Amino acid sequence: MDKLLFGDNQFFGVNHMSEEKARVQAMRFQNIEAVIDTLGNAYDAGVRTFMCTTHDRIGLVCDHIRKQPDRYKDFIFFPGMPYAHKYANAVTEEGLLGSLKKFLPDEGLMNAMFRGATSFARKDIEGVITLLVDAEMKMFQGLKTPVIFLQNVVVDFVMGLGAVESFKIFADHVKKRYNAEPGFITMNTPRLLDVLEKLGVENPIICSNINKIGFRMCGGIDAYIDVMKSRKFRPIAMSVFASGALDPEEAIRWVCELPNLHSIVFGASSAGNIRRTADLVEKYWPKVPA
Amino acid sequence: MIKVAVVGLGKMGLSHQSIVKTHPDADLVAVCDSTSYLLDVLGKYTGVAGYSDYQKMLDEAKLDAVIIATPSKYHTPMVRAALEKGLHVFCEKPFTLDWQESEELARIATEKGLVNQVGYHYRSVGSFGEMKRLIDIGAIGRITHVMAEAYGPVVLKPKGSTWRTQRSEGGGCLYDYAAHPINLLNWLFGLPFSAGGTKLGKIYSADTEDEVYSTFYWNNGMSAQLSVNWSDESYRKMSTKITVWGINGRIAADRQECQVYLRDTATLPESYDAGWNIRYTTDLTKPVWFYVRGEEYSSQIAHFIEHCAGKRSEVLSDFASAAMTDRSIALLVSDAETHMRGEATQPVVAAPKRRLAALFRR
Repeated sequence: MDKLLFGDNQFFGVNHMSEEKARVQAMRFQNIEAVIDTLGNAYDAGVRTFMCTTHDRIGLVCDHIRKQPDRYKDFIFFPGMPYAHKYANAVTEEGLLGSLKKFLPDEGLMNAMFRGATSFARKDIEGVITLLVDAEMKMFQGLKTPVIFLQNVVVDFVMGLGAVESFKIFADHVKKRYNAEPGFITMNTPRLLDVLEKLGVENPIICSNINKIGFRMCGGIDAYIDVMKSRKFRPIAMSVFASGALDPEEAIRWVCELPNLHSIVFGASSAGNIRRTADLVEKYWPKVPA
Repeated sequence: MIKVAVVGLGKMGLSHQSIVKTHPDADLVAVCDSTSYLLDVLGKYTGVAGYSDYQKMLDEAKLDAVIIATPSKYHTPMVRAALEKGLHVFCEKPFTLDWQESEELARIATEKGLVNQVGYHYRSVGSFGEMKRLIDIGAIGRITHVMAEAYGPVVLKPKGSTWRTQRSEGGGCLYDYAAHPINLLNWLFGLPFSAGGTKLGKIYSADTEDEVYSTFYWNNGMSAQLSVNWSDESYRKMSTKITVWGINGRIAADRQECQVYLRDTATLPESYDAGWNIRYTTDLTKPVWFYVRGEEYSSQIAHFIEHCAGKRSEVLSDFASAAMTDRSIALLVSDAETHMRGEATQPVVAAPKRRLAALFRR
């Protein structure tokens, strides 16, 4: 894993500080060309990994990258699934079962229907989970996806319910079918780490908020630092600027000094900000961890 | 440990279940839903006991509290049955579809000394809490007018019918969306005495409204305009905003931030200056022990559980306050029925038949 990953919140009008800023970003990135230009800027600044949701518009980015294999030779996707609002709105409208059928892959429909229907009938979630993963992964066909993430809404919701077998099903499927490593996004890292260890998911990749003010770090900053020191996992820090509440340099310096940090994911809209973040990481985190 | 059951396994019920299960003072002992299939799957993967008969669950499972997240029309009988059993009750919003029933349930809960709470989660959002604090200490002086808004992308095309599309069952933009800003208005300013200029308009829905516009009036001369539309695709998700004008300034709050402008005539609260002051969610949000989909969802459940356990005593979003919202909603419905005519009550296009659904129907 690279030490700096490029996130996609800015492309979809996600901003945890201000709805006004979010709207400005949504306007700015309304055309996919603007997204592609920004990704090109990141790539040219040496940030080759794009950690993205499975929003429909990402499919357009995938098409673009596929078309220019020479320009984007080292471009890597870390897909994070699912794009939660797509499902949340569907569950509100159609209920849980109704929304599952809505997201069947349209390719190989009969096969997928069979896999889904059979496991539905057996009350077996394995078939349903693998089916949904395959549906979400369709847009990345032919592209490099060495790590595939489960989004925090799903991870934390499922962990709360205690239906944690699904993590193992996800992990095994991602390894077997996509030759990729499973990743988990969460707001509750210490708790998730316990769960994954019990399930036998070894040395997991866990992406969570890690920032100096402890914003959305459930269990508290100390518990996070403690598990980073003592447990075997690969932490990725997101929201290191705490949605803009922190001074960038101070935020990067603090996070780079943490033990066992494997990566930082950040979002930026301008070439200047991408470059500045990349430079700060170079300055405070000069060596890649072994 | 507080022994809890969750009733109704839709989006809110499942979300509450996930949160309750992790709370250190709560023991999730049962769930109840009419879909036995869902109960079986949940039982298989989480080990929770499932009931398809609510009364049977109340009789058999040894409960201290229930969390009710069923379609709104079932709230009254379910809440009443739980209170009669002496259980603490958390009920999803809207509370009931008849404010007199809401007030009666509030009375019963109070008489029996039971904890009672309704899931108006915006009251647990830091920025709205800061807005209330500032208004209560008189930071912007006498309030003359308020704008209460909520927009989001729920119904974007004509579609088949579910309980959420029927106002008679507690669905529709009024109960689902508008109830939130109305509840915040009640929290900040109490019960309005009348409503005027109400429009409950249809855009796509056949059996309910998709937009709600109105003006509320209070006895002290204050007014509030309500502007709500759940068919607005330009929003990524539900966005609720309250703007308050006072003689000494203006406060605007949404889930992310609280923007305060104070005139130099204002008595400045501690750490506030004359002119603009912005407080962000990162400053205003208290950490929670477990995060699923927003701190407010965790903290309202924590409040309920800890209140049941005797660890908290302050009242949060109780039945009486939710009854006030039901009563405010009744003002709107009555005003709209008196004044609305013609086009605005008709949907633009008829709903198509659902097709794929049949494939998975058992």
